[in-house]
Amino acid sequence: MSQSSTNLFSPVLAIFQSENPGASLLGFFKQLIMPVIGILVFLLIWDIGAKNIHTSLGTFPGPVQVYEQTLGLIDEHQAERQKEQAFYERQEQRNAKKLAKNPDAKVKIRPYTGKPTFFDQIGTSLITVLSGFVLASLIAIPAGIMIGLNQPLYSALNPLIQLFKPVSPLAWLPLVTMVVSALYVSKDPMFAKSFVTSLVTVSLCCLWPTLLNTAVGVSGISKDLQNVSQVLRLSFMTHVVKIVLPSSIPMMFTGLRLSLGIAWMVLIAAEMLAQNPGLGKFVWDEFQNGSSNSLGRIMVAVLVIGLIGFMLDRVMLQIQKKVSWDKTAVLR
Amino acid sequence: MTTTHLELTGVDIEFPTPKGSFKALDNVNLKIKKGEYISLIGHSGCGKSTVLNIVAGLYQATKGGVLLDGKEVNEPGPERAVVFQNHSLLPWLTAYENVELAVKQVFKGKKSKAEMKEWIEHNLELVHMTHAMHKRPDEISGGMKQRVGIARALAMEPKVLLMDEPFGALDALTRAHLQDSLMEIQNELNNTVIMITHDVDEAVLLSDRIVMMTNGPEATVGEILEIDLPRPRNRIELADDPQYNHYRAAVLSFLYEKQRKPEESDAAAKPAKKEKLARNLQNDTTEETTGAVSTAETTTGNDKVKAA
Repeated sequence: MSQSSTNLFSPVLAIFQSENPGASLLGFFKQLIMPVIGILVFLLIWDIGAKNIHTSLGTFPGPVQVYEQTLGLIDEHQAERQKEQAFYERQEQRNAKKLAKNPDAKVKIRPYTGKPTFFDQIGTSLITVLSGFVLASLIAIPAGIMIGLNQPLYSALNPLIQLFKPVSPLAWLPLVTMVVSALYVSKDPMFAKSFVTSLVTVSLCCLWPTLLNTAVGVSGISKDLQNVSQVLRLSFMTHVVKIVLPSSIPMMFTGLRLSLGIAWMVLIAAEMLAQNPGLGKFVWDEFQNGSSNSLGRIMVAVLVIGLIGFMLDRVMLQIQKKVSWDKTAVLR
Repeated sequence: MTTTHLELTGVDIEFPTPKGSFKALDNVNLKIKKGEYISLIGHSGCGKSTVLNIVAGLYQATKGGVLLDGKEVNEPGPERAVVFQNHSLLPWLTAYENVELAVKQVFKGKKSKAEMKEWIEHNLELVHMTHAMHKRPDEISGGMKQRVGIARALAMEPKVLLMDEPFGALDALTRAHLQDSLMEIQNELNNTVIMITHDVDEAVLLSDRIVMMTNGPEATVGEILEIDLPRPRNRIELADDPQYNHYRAAVLSFLYEKQRKPEESDAAAKPAKKEKLARNLQNDTTEETTGAVSTAETTTGNDKVKAA
């Protein structure tokens, strides 16, 4: 349990796994006490601070208002789901009647077009960020391996990578929007244009850490292992699979985790600016809405964005632990 | 058995450096018979590893070349298996899988799956590693890792086994164990071996011939000592053997009298920086000439080579 400080749940697990639950329980509280104090102090400062900030939309939301708004958003979501269910039930009844009168009648189920709730937006954002991240990884990992193995190629591409790496998503966005509108033309599009725009923007921005870290990992393979590969006359593919990939996995994952973090940040900004569905649009809509609840709802979104970003990184960490061959390495 | 199996002829090697080319080896000639156990000994930085790497095909000689069974060596290959100093096992594979990688590469299409498994296990048994064959390198000791490294090389059924200070990184007791294991295996398989070593005892104990190399740069073969001790050899019995001690003394005298390494040059050679060595060339030759006063046969670095 040496990594317990990095894993929220491991102290809990330790209690169940331990042969001496009493002692672990004590250890559990010892481990928990500092984070709890930290959170409590933060809530206190937040509460006091919020009461003293007056905006045109009322006072800044404190922890209590945010809690209320969270409940409100959950209620709203449930109400919307009920409406949706009712909508489909009505359609089915209507269709059943139609079919009873005339068995040959063509019936249609029309999709529900209600307003997406906060939780729908979370879902959209998650799908978009993961698709963008997967697309970027599919490009960046093979490209990184090629660049890492081939010094001239690295020299040729390095200036371009350094040039594009620091570009903000907001700068790419108008170009991506125009290009997607021009090129992604089909009568029955599999994906919405807004989805494609967000996805491409996210990919463009989160490509670079994975690309560079993979390249560095690959070029840093120990000379000894390269000699082994040469003496065994491994084929290019075997060399990549048996030697290059495993030895660059730590660096690759450093890159992947940075990329996913960037992807998540970029996505929120892109959604906000381009009015693509997702959490960013939720925040923007609330801002434009300007009701007395808006600030509280935005604050909920802020916390949720943070929480999801944190959880995405934890998921990557778990995957990294799974595929990493060096189980002794301390990963955090 | 008496015909030449491996032959190095007039091998020179030059490395390009920012200050012009640096000649590490000069006219290395060596003939090795099948089944012979050869040790290369010399001070650090004298180019022993370079010789081995040329035979392995990892380096290309600038002049001259290497013939193995009449065929020129110009790239690495499994018929010249290498045991590296720091084992060089793939850390993400178990001992078994490390050997398997080599076996699959060499015997693809020649052995069935079951035969390969048997062959891998047989080789791990030779080095006494069957008990830990499904452990990864980070779970076993340094000596065990080196055993697996040897098993991997043996499993390739090489024509020549090349060992680059195979026991250099091990403690004295483990080293002795591994040397005994190696002698056992050698009795059974009678491989052709070239081993690099710093250890005089190791060289005398294991070898049929000891090749002593002069100091670099432009290092070459200084003396060759035939070790005519009966096998199997026992380190404890040999400790009092006058013949053994005579051989030992001969190697020591070559290393510490004829090829005494100047202090400053030795320190510079440690990081194996070729440029530094080149800079020390000046110091080296002056030291050599002062050394010539005591030993009649040496006048300058180059002349001494001919004398030897």
